Amino acid sequence: MRDAFLKTITTLAEQDPNVILLTADLGFGVFEEFEQKFPGQYFNVGVAEQNMTGLATGLALEGKKLITYSIGNFPTLRCLEQIRNDACYHEANITIVASGGGFSYGALGMSHHATEDLSILRSLPGITVVAPGTAWEAAQATWQLVQENKVGYLRIDKTSADDKKGSLGGEFKLGRARRIIEGSDCTIICTGGILAEAVKAAELAKEKGVSCRVVSHHTVKPADVDEILDAAKNTGGIVTVEEHNVIGGIGSVVAEVCLDNGILPGKFKRLGLEDTYSSVVGSQKFLRSYYGMDAESILDAVCSS
Amino acid sequence: MVEDLANYALAIRRHALKMTSLGGSSHIGSIFSIADILAVLYGKVLKVRPDDPKWPMRDRFILSKGHAGAGVYAALAERGFFPTERLKTHYQDNSVLSGHVSHKGIPGVEFSTGSLGHGLSVACGMALAGRLEKRSNRVFVVMSDGECDEGSNWEAVMFAAHHKLDNLVAIIDYNKLQSIRSTTETLNLEPFADKWRSFGWSVEEVDGHDYQSLTMVLENNNSSDTKPRCVIAHTTKGKGVSFMENNVLWHYRSPQGEEYQTALSELGVVKK
Repeated sequence: MRDAFLKTITTLAEQDPNVILLTADLGFGVFEEFEQKFPGQYFNVGVAEQNMTGLATGLALEGKKLITYSIGNFPTLRCLEQIRNDACYHEANITIVASGGGFSYGALGMSHHATEDLSILRSLPGITVVAPGTAWEAAQATWQLVQENKVGYLRIDKTSADDKKGSLGGEFKLGRARRIIEGSDCTIICTGGILAEAVKAAELAKEKGVSCRVVSHHTVKPADVDEILDAAKNTGGIVTVEEHNVIGGIGSVVAEVCLDNGILPGKFKRLGLEDTYSSVVGSQKFLRSYYGMDAESILDAVCSS
Repeated sequence: MVEDLANYALAIRRHALKMTSLGGSSHIGSIFSIADILAVLYGKVLKVRPDDPKWPMRDRFILSKGHAGAGVYAALAERGFFPTERLKTHYQDNSVLSGHVSHKGIPGVEFSTGSLGHGLSVACGMALAGRLEKRSNRVFVVMSDGECDEGSNWEAVMFAAHHKLDNLVAIIDYNKLQSIRSTTETLNLEPFADKWRSFGWSVEEVDGHDYQSLTMVLENNNSSDTKPRCVIAHTTKGKGVSFMENNVLWHYRSPQGEEYQTALSELGVVKK
Protein backbone atom coordinates (compact mmCIF):
# COMPACT_ATOMS: atom_id res chain seq x y z
CA MET A 1 0.00 0.00 0.00
CA ARG A 2 2.80 2.37 0.87
CA ASP A 3 4.46 1.75 -2.48
CA ALA A 4 1.19 2.54 -4.24
CA PHE A 5 0.92 5.74 -2.21
CA LEU A 6 4.50 6.71 -3.02
CA LYS A 7 4.08 6.07 -6.71
CA THR A 8 0.94 8.17 -6.78
CA ILE A 9 2.38 11.17 -4.97
CA THR A 10 5.41 11.01 -7.26
CA THR A 11 3.14 11.36 -10.28
CA LEU A 12 1.15 14.10 -8.54
CA ALA A 13 4.31 16.03 -7.68
CA GLU A 14 5.55 15.69 -11.23
CA GLN A 15 2.34 17.10 -12.64
CA ASP A 16 1.81 19.84 -10.09
CA PRO A 17 4.63 21.82 -8.46
CA ASN A 18 2.15 22.88 -5.76
CA VAL A 19 2.10 19.38 -4.31
CA ILE A 20 4.30 19.35 -1.21
CA LEU A 21 5.16 16.40 1.02
CA LEU A 22 6.04 16.96 4.67
CA THR A 23 7.30 14.11 6.80
CA ALA A 24 7.91 14.12 10.53
CA ASP A 25 11.21 12.30 10.16
CA LEU A 26 9.80 8.98 9.00
CA GLY A 27 10.18 7.29 5.67
CA PHE A 28 13.78 6.08 5.72
CA GLY A 29 14.42 4.26 2.47
CA VAL A 30 11.08 5.52 1.15
CA PHE A 31 11.28 9.19 0.25
CA GLU A 32 14.90 9.59 -0.87
CA GLU A 33 14.07 9.53 -4.56
CA PHE A 34 11.13 11.87 -4.09
CA GLU A 35 13.36 14.31 -2.22
CA GLN A 36 15.94 14.20 -4.98
CA LYS A 37 13.43 14.70 -7.75
CA PHE A 38 11.39 17.44 -6.06
CA PRO A 39 13.67 19.41 -3.74
CA GLY A 40 11.25 22.30 -3.21
CA GLN A 41 8.34 19.94 -2.69
CA TYR A 42 9.71 17.84 0.13
CA PHE A 43 10.52 18.86 3.69
CA ASN A 44 11.50 16.63 6.57
CA VAL A 45 10.28 18.83 9.42
CA GLY A 46 11.87 16.73 12.14
CA VAL A 47 10.06 14.84 14.89
CA ALA A 48 7.51 17.61 15.29
CA GLU A 49 3.99 16.68 14.25
CA GLN A 50 2.28 19.72 15.73
CA ASN A 51 4.51 22.04 13.76
CA MET A 52 4.16 19.84 10.68
CA THR A 53 0.38 20.24 10.73
CA GLY A 54 0.41 23.98 11.42
CA LEU A 55 3.06 24.45 8.77
CA ALA A 56 1.01 22.42 6.32
CA THR A 57 -1.97 24.66 7.02
CA GLY A 58 0.04 27.82 6.40
CA LEU A 59 1.33 26.43 3.11
CA ALA A 60 -2.08 25.17 2.07
CA LEU A 61 -3.69 28.54 2.74
CA GLU A 62 -1.16 29.96 0.29
CA GLY A 63 -2.38 27.61 -2.43
CA LYS A 64 -0.20 24.56 -1.92
CA LYS A 65 -1.47 20.98 -1.83
CA LEU A 66 -0.06 19.34 1.24
CA ILE A 67 0.61 15.80 2.30
CA THR A 68 1.70 15.25 5.90
CA TYR A 69 3.25 11.88 6.61
CA SER A 70 4.22 9.87 9.63
CA ILE A 71 3.38 6.51 11.14
CA GLY A 72 0.78 5.15 13.54
CA ASN A 73 -0.83 7.82 15.70
CA PHE A 74 1.85 10.45 15.26
CA PRO A 75 0.39 12.47 12.36
CA THR A 76 -3.11 12.29 13.84
CA LEU A 77 -3.54 12.06 17.59
CA ARG A 78 -0.29 13.81 18.49
CA CYS A 79 -1.43 16.92 16.65
CA LEU A 80 -5.19 16.49 16.79
CA GLU A 81 -5.87 20.09 17.78
CA GLN A 82 -3.79 21.40 14.88
CA ILE A 83 -5.85 19.17 12.60
CA ARG A 84 -9.07 20.48 14.11
CA ASN A 85 -8.41 24.21 14.60
CA ASP A 86 -5.87 24.86 11.88
CA ALA A 87 -6.44 22.40 9.05
CA CYS A 88 -10.16 21.59 9.26
CA TYR A 89 -11.54 24.92 10.45
CA HIS A 90 -9.62 26.71 7.72
CA GLU A 91 -10.61 24.11 5.09
CA ALA A 92 -7.00 23.62 4.09
CA ASN A 93 -5.96 21.27 1.32
CA ILE A 94 -4.07 18.73 3.39
CA THR A 95 -3.94 14.97 3.09
CA ILE A 96 -2.81 13.48 6.37
CA VAL A 97 -1.20 10.12 5.84
CA ALA A 98 -0.54 7.56 8.55
CA SER A 99 1.46 4.57 7.55
CA GLY A 100 0.73 1.58 9.75
CA GLY A 101 -2.99 1.38 10.47
CA GLY A 102 -4.33 -0.95 13.15
CA PHE A 103 -1.82 -3.63 14.11
CA SER A 104 0.54 -3.01 11.17
CA TYR A 105 3.25 -2.40 13.76
CA GLY A 106 1.83 -5.10 16.01
CA ALA A 107 5.06 -6.13 17.71
CA LEU A 108 6.12 -2.56 18.51
CA GLY A 109 3.51 -2.19 21.23
CA MET A 110 0.46 -0.09 21.97
CA SER A 111 2.10 3.27 21.21
CA HIS A 112 2.30 2.08 17.60
CA HIS A 113 -1.16 0.51 17.37
CA ALA A 114 -3.43 2.89 15.48
CA THR A 115 -6.75 1.65 16.75
CA GLU A 116 -8.80 4.76 17.51
CA ASP A 117 -7.76 7.03 14.64
CA LEU A 118 -10.78 6.44 12.39
CA SER A 119 -13.25 7.18 15.13
CA ILE A 120 -11.50 10.28 16.43
CA LEU A 121 -10.79 11.80 13.04
CA ARG A 122 -14.19 11.15 11.55
CA SER A 123 -15.75 13.22 14.31
CA LEU A 124 -14.02 16.32 12.95
CA PRO A 125 -16.26 18.36 10.65
CA GLY A 126 -14.85 18.85 7.18
CA ILE A 127 -12.61 15.82 6.90
CA THR A 128 -12.68 12.80 4.60
CA VAL A 129 -11.48 9.61 6.28
CA VAL A 130 -10.18 6.74 4.18
CA ALA A 131 -8.75 3.33 5.03
CA PRO A 132 -8.16 1.53 1.74
CA GLY A 133 -8.50 -2.22 1.56
CA THR A 134 -6.08 -2.83 -1.29
CA ALA A 135 -2.94 -1.28 -2.71
CA TRP A 136 -4.87 -0.20 -5.78
CA GLU A 137 -7.47 1.49 -3.59
CA ALA A 138 -4.65 3.24 -1.72
CA ALA A 139 -3.30 4.66 -4.97
CA GLN A 140 -6.76 5.83 -6.07
CA ALA A 141 -7.51 7.29 -2.65
CA THR A 142 -4.21 9.18 -2.59
CA TRP A 143 -4.91 10.70 -5.98
CA GLN A 144 -8.44 11.75 -5.14
CA LEU A 145 -7.67 13.04 -1.65
CA VAL A 146 -4.86 15.30 -2.86
CA GLN A 147 -7.15 16.66 -5.60
CA GLU A 148 -10.10 17.08 -3.24
CA ASN A 149 -9.09 20.53 -1.92
CA LYS A 150 -9.98 19.80 1.69
CA VAL A 151 -8.62 17.89 4.66
CA GLY A 152 -8.36 14.15 4.18
CA TYR A 153 -7.02 11.34 6.27
CA LEU A 154 -5.47 8.32 4.61
CA ARG A 155 -4.69 5.28 6.72
CA ILE A 156 -2.23 2.96 5.07
CA ASP A 157 -2.01 -0.66 6.26
CA LYS A 158 0.98 -2.91 6.00
CA THR A 159 -1.07 -5.75 4.53
CA SER A 160 -3.93 -5.57 2.10
CA ALA A 161 -6.31 -7.63 0.05
CA ASP A 162 -5.21 -8.70 -3.37
CA ASP A 163 -6.75 -6.58 -6.07
CA LYS A 164 -5.05 -6.08 -9.36
CA LYS A 165 -5.99 -2.71 -10.81
CA GLY A 166 -9.41 -2.69 -9.26
CA SER A 167 -10.44 -5.89 -10.97
CA LEU A 168 -12.60 -6.94 -8.03
CA GLY A 169 -15.00 -4.15 -7.26
CA GLY A 170 -15.11 -1.66 -10.07
CA GLU A 171 -14.18 1.99 -10.03
CA PHE A 172 -12.89 3.84 -6.99
CA LYS A 173 -14.64 6.94 -5.82
CA LEU A 174 -14.29 8.53 -2.41
CA GLY A 175 -17.48 7.92 -0.48
CA ARG A 176 -18.59 5.01 -2.69
CA ALA A 177 -17.94 1.55 -1.26
CA ARG A 178 -16.79 -1.21 -3.58
CA ARG A 179 -18.55 -4.54 -3.71
CA ILE A 180 -15.69 -7.01 -3.86
CA ILE A 181 -17.71 -10.23 -3.75
CA GLU A 182 -21.41 -10.63 -4.46
CA GLY A 183 -23.55 -12.61 -2.04
CA SER A 184 -26.94 -12.74 -0.35
CA ASP A 185 -26.90 -14.54 3.00
CA CYS A 186 -24.76 -11.99 4.78
CA THR A 187 -22.68 -8.89 4.03
CA ILE A 188 -19.26 -8.32 5.47
CA ILE A 189 -18.58 -4.60 5.48
CA CYS A 190 -15.01 -3.77 6.28
CA THR A 191 -12.54 -0.95 6.12
CA GLY A 192 -8.77 -1.14 5.72
CA GLY A 193 -6.37 -3.89 4.75
CA ILE A 194 -8.25 -6.37 6.88
CA LEU A 195 -10.39 -6.74 3.76
CA ALA A 196 -8.07 -9.68 3.01
CA GLU A 197 -9.50 -11.55 6.01
CA ALA A 198 -13.04 -10.74 4.94
CA VAL A 199 -12.41 -12.11 1.46
CA LYS A 200 -10.93 -15.25 2.95
CA ALA A 201 -13.91 -15.62 5.29
CA ALA A 202 -16.31 -15.30 2.36
CA GLU A 203 -14.45 -18.04 0.51
CA LEU A 204 -14.61 -20.30 3.55
CA ALA A 205 -18.31 -19.52 3.93
CA LYS A 206 -18.92 -20.43 0.32
CA GLU A 207 -17.50 -23.89 0.99
CA LYS A 208 -20.12 -24.21 3.71
CA GLY A 209 -22.82 -23.13 1.33
CA VAL A 210 -23.18 -19.61 2.79
CA SER A 211 -23.23 -16.84 0.24
CA CYS A 212 -21.38 -13.79 1.54
CA ARG A 213 -21.22 -10.33 0.06
CA VAL A 214 -17.99 -8.49 0.82
CA VAL A 215 -17.90 -4.71 0.72
CA SER A 216 -14.74 -2.63 0.96
CA HIS A 217 -16.07 0.45 2.69
CA HIS A 218 -12.80 2.29 2.23
CA THR A 219 -14.18 5.75 2.92
CA VAL A 220 -15.21 5.74 6.55
CA LYS A 221 -16.48 9.29 6.11
CA PRO A 222 -18.55 10.16 4.20
CA ALA A 223 -20.33 6.83 4.44
CA ASP A 224 -21.85 5.10 1.45
CA VAL A 225 -25.43 5.16 2.67
CA ASP A 226 -26.86 3.38 -0.40
CA GLU A 227 -24.47 0.45 -0.17
CA ILE A 228 -25.01 0.02 3.56
CA LEU A 229 -28.79 0.15 3.24
CA ASP A 230 -28.69 -2.25 0.32
CA ALA A 231 -26.78 -4.74 2.49
CA ALA A 232 -29.28 -4.28 5.31
CA LYS A 233 -32.31 -4.69 3.06
CA ASN A 234 -31.19 -7.22 0.50
CA THR A 235 -28.88 -9.59 2.35
CA GLY A 236 -29.40 -11.68 5.48
CA GLY A 237 -27.46 -9.41 7.79
CA ILE A 238 -24.30 -7.41 8.34
CA VAL A 239 -20.99 -8.19 9.98
CA THR A 240 -18.56 -5.27 10.18
CA VAL A 241 -14.81 -5.78 10.39
CA GLU A 242 -12.12 -3.29 11.29
CA GLU A 243 -8.69 -3.32 12.85
CA HIS A 244 -9.83 -0.63 15.21
CA ASN A 245 -11.83 -0.12 18.36
CA VAL A 246 -15.45 -1.13 17.75
CA ILE A 247 -16.43 2.24 19.20
CA GLY A 248 -16.75 4.86 16.52
CA GLY A 249 -15.28 3.00 13.56
CA ILE A 250 -16.91 1.36 10.56
CA GLY A 251 -19.21 -0.74 12.75
CA SER A 252 -20.57 2.41 14.32
CA VAL A 253 -20.89 4.05 10.91
CA VAL A 254 -23.01 1.16 9.62
CA ALA A 255 -25.17 1.14 12.75
CA GLU A 256 -25.72 4.89 12.51
CA VAL A 257 -26.68 4.72 8.85
CA CYS A 258 -29.12 1.82 9.39
CA LEU A 259 -30.88 3.37 12.39
CA ASP A 260 -30.94 6.87 10.89
CA ASN A 261 -32.81 5.37 7.95
CA GLY A 262 -35.06 3.11 9.97
CA ILE A 263 -33.70 -0.08 8.43
CA LEU A 264 -32.72 -2.96 10.68
CA PRO A 265 -30.42 -5.58 9.20
CA GLY A 266 -31.44 -9.22 9.70
CA LYS A 267 -28.49 -9.56 12.00
CA PHE A 268 -25.69 -7.26 13.05
CA LYS A 269 -22.29 -7.91 14.56
CA ARG A 270 -19.28 -5.60 14.93
CA LEU A 271 -15.86 -7.21 14.90
CA GLY A 272 -12.87 -5.23 16.08
CA LEU A 273 -11.11 -4.36 19.28
CA GLU A 274 -13.54 -4.50 22.20
CA ASP A 275 -12.68 -1.09 23.62
CA THR A 276 -9.23 -2.06 24.81
CA TYR A 277 -5.55 -1.37 24.22
CA SER A 278 -3.41 -4.30 23.28
CA SER A 279 -0.61 -4.92 25.72
CA VAL A 280 -0.04 -8.21 23.98
CA VAL A 281 2.24 -7.84 20.98
CA GLY A 282 2.77 -9.93 17.89
CA SER A 283 2.50 -9.90 14.15
CA GLN A 284 -0.50 -8.29 12.49
CA LYS A 285 -1.72 -11.80 11.63
CA PHE A 286 -1.35 -13.00 15.21
CA LEU A 287 -3.12 -10.00 16.72
CA ARG A 288 -6.01 -10.27 14.27
CA SER A 289 -6.53 -13.84 15.40
CA TYR A 290 -5.98 -12.96 19.09
CA TYR A 291 -8.62 -10.26 18.98
CA GLY A 292 -11.12 -12.21 16.94
CA MET A 293 -11.01 -10.38 13.64
CA ASP A 294 -9.27 -12.90 11.40
CA ALA A 295 -10.97 -14.94 8.67
CA GLU A 296 -12.03 -17.74 11.05
CA SER A 297 -13.56 -15.29 13.53
CA ILE A 298 -15.36 -13.48 10.72
CA LEU A 299 -16.65 -16.84 9.45
CA ASP A 300 -17.99 -17.65 12.91
CA ALA A 301 -19.77 -14.31 13.07
CA VAL A 302 -21.22 -14.81 9.58
CA CYS A 303 -22.47 -18.33 10.32
CA SER A 304 -23.86 -17.68 13.80
CA SER A 305 -27.50 -16.78 13.82
CA MET B 1 3.21 60.15 12.65
CA VAL B 2 3.46 59.36 16.35
CA GLU B 3 0.33 61.35 16.96
CA ASP B 4 -1.59 59.43 14.32
CA LEU B 5 -0.47 56.12 15.75
CA ALA B 6 -1.35 57.22 19.27
CA ASN B 7 -4.75 58.24 18.03
CA TYR B 8 -5.21 54.91 16.24
CA ALA B 9 -4.15 52.98 19.36
CA LEU B 10 -6.57 55.04 21.42
CA ALA B 11 -9.38 54.22 19.02
CA ILE B 12 -8.52 50.51 19.29
CA ARG B 13 -8.53 50.70 23.08
CA ARG B 14 -11.82 52.58 23.22
CA HIS B 15 -13.50 50.15 20.84
CA ALA B 16 -12.15 47.16 22.74
CA LEU B 17 -13.27 48.58 26.05
CA LYS B 18 -16.78 49.11 24.70
CA MET B 19 -16.84 45.68 23.08
CA THR B 20 -15.76 43.83 26.20
CA SER B 21 -18.17 45.85 28.30
CA LEU B 22 -21.10 45.33 25.97
CA GLY B 23 -20.32 41.66 25.52
CA GLY B 24 -19.44 41.04 29.15
CA SER B 25 -16.27 39.46 27.91
CA SER B 26 -12.74 39.02 29.25
CA HIS B 27 -9.18 39.83 28.20
CA ILE B 28 -9.26 43.62 28.10
CA GLY B 29 -5.86 43.64 29.86
CA SER B 30 -4.37 41.44 27.12
CA ILE B 31 -5.85 43.66 24.42
CA PHE B 32 -4.53 46.88 25.95
CA SER B 33 -1.14 45.19 26.19
CA ILE B 34 -0.89 44.91 22.38
CA ALA B 35 -2.99 47.90 21.30
CA ASP B 36 0.09 49.96 20.44
CA ILE B 37 1.68 47.07 18.56
CA LEU B 38 -1.52 46.63 16.55
CA ALA B 39 -1.63 50.36 15.81
CA VAL B 40 1.95 50.35 14.52
CA LEU B 41 1.37 47.20 12.47
CA TYR B 42 -1.91 48.21 10.85
CA GLY B 43 -1.17 51.92 10.85
CA LYS B 44 2.35 51.85 9.49
CA VAL B 45 4.02 48.52 8.85
CA LEU B 46 1.70 45.98 7.25
CA LYS B 47 1.24 46.20 3.52
CA VAL B 48 -2.47 45.48 3.31
CA ARG B 49 -5.40 46.74 1.28
CA PRO B 50 -8.66 47.18 3.16
CA ASP B 51 -10.57 47.21 -0.16
CA ASP B 52 -8.82 44.02 -1.29
CA PRO B 53 -8.23 41.92 1.83
CA LYS B 54 -7.03 38.88 -0.17
CA TRP B 55 -4.49 40.85 -2.25
CA PRO B 56 -1.85 38.14 -2.85
CA MET B 57 1.14 40.38 -2.15
CA ARG B 58 -0.17 41.54 1.23
CA ASP B 59 1.81 41.03 4.39
CA ARG B 60 0.29 38.26 6.48
CA PHE B 61 -0.61 38.90 10.09
CA ILE B 62 -1.59 36.24 12.60
CA LEU B 63 -2.69 36.98 16.13
CA SER B 64 -1.59 33.82 17.87
CA LYS B 65 -2.83 35.05 21.24
CA GLY B 66 -6.38 34.80 19.94
CA HIS B 67 -7.94 35.98 23.19
CA ALA B 68 -7.01 39.54 22.24
CA GLY B 69 -9.17 39.21 19.12
CA ALA B 70 -11.32 42.23 19.95
CA GLY B 71 -8.20 44.35 19.49
CA VAL B 72 -7.68 43.01 15.97
CA TYR B 73 -11.35 43.47 15.06
CA ALA B 74 -11.11 47.06 16.27
CA ALA B 75 -7.86 47.69 14.40
CA LEU B 76 -9.33 46.26 11.19
CA ALA B 77 -12.57 48.22 11.45
CA GLU B 78 -10.70 51.46 12.11
CA ARG B 79 -8.48 50.72 9.11
CA GLY B 80 -11.56 50.35 6.93
CA PHE B 81 -11.80 46.60 6.44
CA PHE B 82 -15.40 46.67 7.67
CA PRO B 83 -17.71 49.22 9.31
CA THR B 84 -16.94 50.01 12.95
CA GLU B 85 -20.68 49.58 13.51
CA ARG B 86 -20.15 45.81 13.28
CA LEU B 87 -17.95 45.87 16.37
CA LYS B 88 -21.08 46.17 18.50
CA THR B 89 -21.97 42.59 17.67
CA HIS B 90 -18.79 41.22 19.28
CA TYR B 91 -19.58 38.40 21.71
CA GLN B 92 -23.31 38.73 21.03
CA ASP B 93 -25.73 35.97 20.05
CA ASN B 94 -25.48 35.03 16.39
CA SER B 95 -22.35 37.11 15.80
CA VAL B 96 -19.25 35.93 13.96
CA LEU B 97 -17.06 38.31 15.95
CA SER B 98 -16.12 35.69 18.51
CA GLY B 99 -14.17 36.28 21.70
CA HIS B 100 -11.16 34.57 20.16
CA VAL B 101 -10.17 35.86 16.77
CA SER B 102 -11.92 34.18 13.83
CA HIS B 103 -11.49 34.66 10.10
CA LYS B 104 -14.88 33.46 8.92
CA GLY B 105 -16.90 36.30 7.54
CA ILE B 106 -14.49 38.94 8.83
CA PRO B 107 -12.45 40.67 6.11
CA GLY B 108 -8.82 41.11 7.03
CA VAL B 109 -8.45 38.34 9.57
CA GLU B 110 -5.88 35.97 8.14
CA PHE B 111 -6.21 33.12 10.58
CA SER B 112 -8.38 31.98 13.47
CA THR B 113 -6.76 31.20 16.79
CA GLY B 114 -7.76 30.81 20.40
CA SER B 115 -5.79 27.79 21.48
CA LEU B 116 -2.27 28.95 22.22
CA GLY B 117 0.77 27.68 20.38
CA HIS B 118 -0.75 27.42 16.90
CA GLY B 119 0.04 30.71 15.18
CA LEU B 120 3.79 30.45 14.76
CA SER B 121 3.69 27.14 12.89
CA VAL B 122 1.07 28.46 10.50
CA ALA B 123 3.10 31.64 10.05
CA CYS B 124 6.12 29.46 9.21
CA GLY B 125 4.03 27.77 6.52
CA MET B 126 3.00 31.12 5.07
CA ALA B 127 6.57 32.39 5.18
CA LEU B 128 7.86 29.24 3.49
CA ALA B 129 5.19 29.55 0.81
CA GLY B 130 6.17 33.19 0.28
CA ARG B 131 9.73 32.14 -0.26
CA LEU B 132 8.84 29.28 -2.59
CA GLU B 133 6.77 31.74 -4.62
CA LYS B 134 9.58 34.32 -4.47
CA ARG B 135 7.25 36.92 -3.00
CA SER B 136 8.63 39.89 -1.13
CA ASN B 137 5.88 40.08 1.47
CA ARG B 138 6.44 39.36 5.14
CA VAL B 139 4.62 37.33 7.76
CA PHE B 140 4.03 38.77 11.23
CA VAL B 141 2.75 36.90 14.22
CA VAL B 142 1.93 38.30 17.64
CA MET B 143 2.32 35.86 20.50
CA SER B 144 1.88 36.19 24.22
CA ASP B 145 4.58 35.46 26.74
CA GLY B 146 2.58 32.79 28.54
CA GLU B 147 1.93 31.22 25.16
CA CYS B 148 5.63 30.43 24.94
CA ASP B 149 5.03 27.72 27.54
CA GLU B 150 3.49 25.69 24.73
CA GLY B 151 6.03 23.26 23.32
CA SER B 152 4.61 23.46 19.81
CA ASN B 153 6.10 26.96 19.50
CA TRP B 154 9.59 25.65 19.99
CA GLU B 155 9.09 23.12 17.21
CA ALA B 156 8.25 26.07 14.97
CA VAL B 157 11.11 28.17 16.33
CA MET B 158 13.55 25.44 15.34
CA PHE B 159 11.96 25.02 11.93
CA ALA B 160 12.06 28.74 11.10
CA ALA B 161 15.74 29.03 11.98
CA HIS B 162 16.70 25.84 10.19
CA HIS B 163 14.98 27.00 7.02
CA LYS B 164 16.19 30.59 7.37
CA LEU B 165 12.76 32.14 7.18
CA ASP B 166 13.96 35.74 7.22
CA ASN B 167 10.57 36.94 6.00
CA LEU B 168 9.05 35.94 9.33
CA VAL B 169 8.69 38.25 12.34
CA ALA B 170 7.47 36.96 15.70
CA ILE B 171 6.45 39.70 18.11
CA ILE B 172 6.18 38.65 21.73
CA ASP B 173 3.86 40.61 23.95
CA TYR B 174 6.06 40.34 27.03
CA ASN B 175 3.88 41.84 29.74
CA LYS B 176 5.19 39.28 32.21
CA LEU B 177 1.75 38.40 33.55
CA GLN B 178 0.03 35.23 32.55
CA SER B 179 -3.33 33.96 33.53
CA ILE B 180 -2.81 33.47 37.26
CA ARG B 181 0.59 34.85 38.24
CA SER B 182 3.69 36.36 36.72
CA THR B 183 5.65 34.48 34.08
CA THR B 184 8.55 34.27 36.53
CA GLU B 185 6.41 32.57 39.15
CA THR B 186 4.57 30.35 36.68
CA LEU B 187 7.18 28.98 34.32
CA ASN B 188 10.18 31.23 34.07
CA LEU B 189 10.91 32.28 30.48
CA GLU B 190 14.24 33.92 31.26
CA PRO B 191 16.76 34.21 29.80
CA PHE B 192 14.09 34.78 27.16
CA ALA B 193 15.99 36.69 24.47
CA ASP B 194 18.90 34.30 24.80
CA LYS B 195 16.57 31.35 24.28
CA TRP B 196 15.47 32.72 20.92
CA ARG B 197 19.01 33.68 20.00
CA SER B 198 20.34 30.25 20.85
CA PHE B 199 17.63 28.78 18.62
CA GLY B 200 19.04 30.78 15.72
CA TRP B 201 16.80 33.83 15.66
CA SER B 202 17.74 37.46 15.42
CA VAL B 203 16.32 39.12 18.53
CA GLU B 204 15.48 42.73 19.27
CA GLU B 205 13.97 44.07 22.46
CA VAL B 206 11.73 47.08 22.33
CA ASP B 207 9.32 49.11 24.44
CA GLY B 208 6.00 47.75 23.22
CA HIS B 209 4.26 51.06 23.82
CA ASP B 210 6.78 53.31 22.10
CA TYR B 211 5.49 54.04 18.61
CA GLN B 212 8.79 55.26 17.26
CA SER B 213 10.85 52.30 18.45
CA LEU B 214 8.18 49.82 17.38
CA THR B 215 7.96 51.39 13.94
CA MET B 216 11.70 51.41 13.50
CA VAL B 217 12.11 47.78 14.50
CA LEU B 218 9.10 46.46 12.62
CA GLU B 219 9.57 48.48 9.44
CA ASN B 220 13.20 47.41 9.14
CA ASN B 221 13.27 44.80 6.42
CA ASN B 222 16.97 44.96 5.61
CA SER B 223 18.08 41.81 7.28
CA SER B 224 21.82 41.43 7.08
CA ASP B 225 21.53 37.79 8.00
CA THR B 226 19.11 35.05 6.99
CA LYS B 227 17.58 34.61 10.40
CA PRO B 228 13.92 34.83 11.33
CA ARG B 229 13.28 37.79 13.61
CA CYS B 230 11.94 37.85 17.12
CA VAL B 231 10.82 41.16 18.55
CA ILE B 232 10.41 40.98 22.30
CA ALA B 233 8.07 43.84 23.09
CA HIS B 234 8.15 44.80 26.73
CA THR B 235 4.60 45.72 27.53
CA THR B 236 2.25 46.45 30.39
CA LYS B 237 -0.85 44.35 30.70
CA GLY B 238 -3.86 46.66 30.88
CA LYS B 239 -1.82 49.58 29.50
CA GLY B 240 -3.74 52.86 29.36
CA VAL B 241 -6.06 52.48 32.34
CA SER B 242 -4.40 52.97 35.73
CA PHE B 243 -6.34 50.38 37.71
CA MET B 244 -5.99 47.76 35.01
CA GLU B 245 -2.26 48.04 34.56
CA ASN B 246 -0.27 45.06 35.80
CA ASN B 247 -3.37 43.58 37.39
CA VAL B 248 -4.16 40.01 36.42
CA LEU B 249 -7.80 40.55 37.41
CA TRP B 250 -8.27 42.29 34.07
CA HIS B 251 -7.35 39.16 32.20
CA TYR B 252 -10.86 38.07 33.16
CA ARG B 253 -12.98 40.93 34.38
CA SER B 254 -15.38 42.67 32.06
CA PRO B 255 -15.43 46.45 32.50
CA GLN B 256 -18.85 47.47 33.75
CA GLY B 257 -20.58 50.43 35.41
CA GLU B 258 -18.34 52.89 37.17
CA GLU B 259 -15.19 50.99 36.26
CA TYR B 260 -16.14 51.19 32.61
CA GLN B 261 -16.83 54.93 32.82
CA THR B 262 -13.58 55.63 34.64
CA ALA B 263 -11.62 53.55 32.16
CA LEU B 264 -13.21 55.36 29.24
CA SER B 265 -12.40 58.78 30.64
CA GLU B 266 -8.84 57.75 31.53
CA LEU B 267 -8.28 56.67 27.94
CA GLY B 268 -9.37 60.04 26.65
CA VAL B 269 -10.99 61.08 23.44
CA VAL B 270 -9.95 60.22 19.90
CA LYS B 271 -8.96 63.29 17.92
CA LYS B 272 -10.81 63.56 14.65
